[in-house]
Amino acid sequence: MACETWHGKLDAYLDGELEPTETSALNAHLRACASCAADALERVQLKRSVASAGRRYEPSSAFRGKIALRGAKPRREIGWQWSVLAVPAALVLIVSIAGSLHLARENARRQRAYSELADLHVAALASATPVDVLSSDRHTVKPWFQGKIPFAFDLPDLQGSEFTLLGGRVAYFAQTPGAHLIYQMRKHEISVFIFPDYGAETTGLPSGAAHALSFNLESWTQDGLRYVVVGDVNPVDIEALGKLLRGS
Amino acid sequence: MADQSLPAATFDDLALPLFDQLYNFARWLTTDTSEAEDLVQETYAKALRGFPSFRAGTNFRAWMYRILRNSFLSTRTGLKTAVAFDEEDPELPQLVESSTPESLLLEQANRQVVQQALDGMPLHFREILLLCEVEEMSYQEIAETLSIPAGTVMSRLFRARKALRSLLQQKLPGGRHGV
Repeated sequence: MACETWHGKLDAYLDGELEPTETSALNAHLRACASCAADALERVQLKRSVASAGRRYEPSSAFRGKIALRGAKPRREIGWQWSVLAVPAALVLIVSIAGSLHLARENARRQRAYSELADLHVAALASATPVDVLSSDRHTVKPWFQGKIPFAFDLPDLQGSEFTLLGGRVAYFAQTPGAHLIYQMRKHEISVFIFPDYGAETTGLPSGAAHALSFNLESWTQDGLRYVVVGDVNPVDIEALGKLLRGS
Repeated sequence: MADQSLPAATFDDLALPLFDQLYNFARWLTTDTSEAEDLVQETYAKALRGFPSFRAGTNFRAWMYRILRNSFLSTRTGLKTAVAFDEEDPELPQLVESSTPESLLLEQANRQVVQQALDGMPLHFREILLLCEVEEMSYQEIAETLSIPAGTVMSRLFRARKALRSLLQQKLPGGRHGV
């Protein structure tokens, strides 16, 4: 199929609305056509920009409490003799509703952060230049970041391991510049993100393993930096790379 | 019809996790904090009243958003904002061609500029972009929320994205790509 035909289907493809047969055909086309791949990448970036900019407003805690108290429960007339039991029960209910609101908010925020990192991983790999410093030598890659990001970090010696360093680039997460390193293991590429561990988005990420958009992730903090490993390899391999980085 | 024997907590289980998202959407629609709070409160009250008639198996999230949006449109602010529009939108600014790669534009784009661009868009474009990108709704869910055919969702989204690109391009100093 010609590029013009695929052009009209890119949005539906990126919105996950294309039929499975067309999706796999377009996947194949994007691997072969740099121009359509660049177009797709631009659209992904526009989607991400809107998704990030659109999450703009949070309800005040006063309003949150108001909805938790009144919004969800019908009022009932109750006899005074029940009030002795009803008051503690209502308190438990309010606490549980407020707690579940908080949990839902935290989970949604965490999932958004994971999805954004998975998007950065995919966008870099889909780019015509996935890395800006192309080197498997950690002594070349590490100094390249000097002056580009507001922190320094150490990289592990990978000799004897299955991992190869492909290079690095500067990435932005929650408006903060950080290091994006790309490693290879067999035929898989794995991203390692390093950001300063401040700001709600990064500190909100829990340490440990996670799964988002069919990618495996592992995150931890070390020396004031938040590390996140993202890839489509199995969690054991993600953990192995994490271990090497923690030991560096 | 909803199963009348469902425990009372079911509405809470479904509706409370949507609270933050509904507020964000309401705030974008109303552009005012207290109006957004009133709108969310009204939405929850209406949804709770209407919950017995909510059909199990249909999309609860789209149902809640539809209630919110319809409540908004029936207010004075909503009526004023939702001016009648032509699906073709002949007056939209045309996309400016440029040699700068679009990816550069978007890499440079900061959140605030995109927010300003969204603020400057007509309501029907702003809401469909938010439902698709922020709420990550399927075309079917958007169609249910906005009460429009699925085909219209696709064409309106296309025009909304085109308009957004055009607005972002205009924000670049010198009228080039980028923000």
